[in-house]
Amino acid sequence: MNLDTILQQIFNGLQLGSIYALIALGYTMVYGIIRLINFAHGDFYMIGAYASYGLFSAIGATLFFGLPANQATIIMFIISILGSMAAGGAIAIIANQFAYKPLRNKPRLSALITAMGVSMFLEYFFSALPVIGPSYRGFPEIIKKQLFPIGNAVISNYFLIDVGVAVSLMILLTLIVKYTKIGKAMRAVSLDKDAAKLMGINIESVITVTFLIGGAFAGVAGLLAGLTYPRIYPYMGILPGLKAFVAAVLGGIGNIPGAVLGSYIMGIAETFATAINSLIGEGIAFAILIIVLLVRPQGLLGEKIADKV
Amino acid sequence: MLTVNNLEVSYGQIKALKGISFEVPDKKIITLIGANGAGKTTTLRTLSGLNKVNKGSIIFKGEDITNLSAHDLVKKGIVHVPEGRRIFSTLTVMENLDMAAWNLKDKAEKEKRYQNVFELFPRLKERVKQLGGTLSGGEQQMLAVARALVTGGDLMLFDEPSMGLSPVLVEEIFDIILKINKQRTTILLVEQNAKKALEISDFAYVLEVGSITFSGPSKEIAENPKVKEAYLGV
Repeated sequence: MNLDTILQQIFNGLQLGSIYALIALGYTMVYGIIRLINFAHGDFYMIGAYASYGLFSAIGATLFFGLPANQATIIMFIISILGSMAAGGAIAIIANQFAYKPLRNKPRLSALITAMGVSMFLEYFFSALPVIGPSYRGFPEIIKKQLFPIGNAVISNYFLIDVGVAVSLMILLTLIVKYTKIGKAMRAVSLDKDAAKLMGINIESVITVTFLIGGAFAGVAGLLAGLTYPRIYPYMGILPGLKAFVAAVLGGIGNIPGAVLGSYIMGIAETFATAINSLIGEGIAFAILIIVLLVRPQGLLGEKIADKV
Repeated sequence: MLTVNNLEVSYGQIKALKGISFEVPDKKIITLIGANGAGKTTTLRTLSGLNKVNKGSIIFKGEDITNLSAHDLVKKGIVHVPEGRRIFSTLTVMENLDMAAWNLKDKAEKEKRYQNVFELFPRLKERVKQLGGTLSGGEQQMLAVARALVTGGDLMLFDEPSMGLSPVLVEEIFDIILKINKQRTTILLVEQNAKKALEISDFAYVLEVGSITFSGPSKEIAENPKVKEAYLGV
C-alpha cells in the first residue's frame, strides 16, 4: 500500500466514520440515560433514508420550478436534512413511548429483547408496505457528484457534505449537552435518576428528548448514507447499526466524545480492511468488539470517575 | 401539614412498612429514629414519591397526595435531601444548583435563592465551578442541602444528614437544619444519631422493623428507658 492509497483510505474512512458517528451518538446517549442498548437504532437510520427518498420523489424539482438549479438543490437538500431528522426523531419517540416506556421498571433484559423486536418489526413492516417493499432502490443523485484531487488522492463533494453535516451536528450536540438546561438535565438523569426526580425534573420528558435527538441524528445519517452509497432497502440499518454500536462500545458506551472517536477509528479500520479484502472489511468491526471487550471493556474514554462518599 | 395514615410499602414480597401513621405539624421539627432496616429511608422515599404506596394514604396541606409522581410532589412543596447526598458528581456545583432550580421560572426569585444559599454556605460559592464529585463529604452535604433550599418547599425531608461527617460538621449541619426551620420550613428528620435528633426536634417517632413502637415529645422520648437502652447507648 503506497502513501497515496493510505491517504485515500483515510479520506474514505473519515467519510464512513462520520455516518457511523451520527448513529453511534444516539446509541450512546440512549444507553447513557436508560442503560438500554437500543437495537432498533439502526432502523431509525433506515427510516431517515426512506423519508428523504420519499421527499425527493414526492417534490423533486417541481416545487422549485423556476429557481436556478443550484439554488433549488440547496433548498431541497436542507428540506431533506430536516425531513430525515424529523422522521428519525419521530420514530424514536414512538418506539420509546409504546415499546420501552412501559418496561421502564422491569428487568433490563426485557427492554433489550423488546428492542430486538422493535428492530425486526420495523424491518419487516417496511418490507411489507407496498410503497416501500423489500427490494433495493436507487437513491436519487440530487447533488451532482464532483471530485477534487488532493495529491494523488481524490475527495468528492459528498465527502465534504458527510463530514461537514456530521461535524456540525456533533458541535451542536456538544453545545446542547454542555450549556442548555435540557442538556444538563440529560447529564443529571444519566448520573442519578432518583436525585433528578427530587429536583422536580420529569425524567420521562428528558428521556423523550434524548430519543428525539438520537433518532434525528440516525435519520440524517440515513440521508447521508443514501447519498453516498446510493442504494437503500429496509434491512440497510442492520449492519451499520451493529457497527455503530461497536463504535460506541469502543469509545466507551454512554460517553459522547467516545462514540465519535470510536466511530472514526471504526470507519478508518473498515476502509483499510476492505482495501485488503472486502470480507475482512465487513468483519473487522466485530474483531474490534471482541478485542475491546477483552482488553478494555470500559472502552477508550469510558473511565469511571470515583465518587466520594 | 402532613398526615400519614396506615402506610404500607413493600419491596416485592417484603413488607418494609407495615401500616405506620404519624403526623408532621406545621413549622415543627419531627424526627423518626430507629435501627438500620427499620424503614426510615423507605418512609422518606415514599413521602417524596420515589417508592409506591401499597396501602394507606398521605395527606399534605389537606390534599391527598398518595402515589403522585416525585416531580409533582416537588411542585406541591415537598423537598427531600436524600441519604448519601446524591450529588451529580460530573456536574459542577453551579450546575447542581441549576438542576435544583428546574421548576423555577422566575429569574429574580432564582437569584435570591442562590444568594441565600451562598450566604449560608460561603464555601460553595468559592467552588461553583468545581465538579460535585470532587467536593469533600461535608461540602457535598452542604450542596445537597443547598439544592433543597433552591428547589424550595414547605416540608423538607432530611435523610441521615450527619452520616459520615466529622463531629464539628455534624454540629454545623444540625445548626443549619435549625436555621432552615426558623425560616418557617417544616422538617422531617431521619437520623441514626438519635441523641442529636432528639435534641433539636419537637416530637419523635421510633420505628422498629416497619412499625412505630413509641412516639412522644422528643424530651420525653429521650428519657424513655427502652429508647435510652436501644438507641442512645446509655
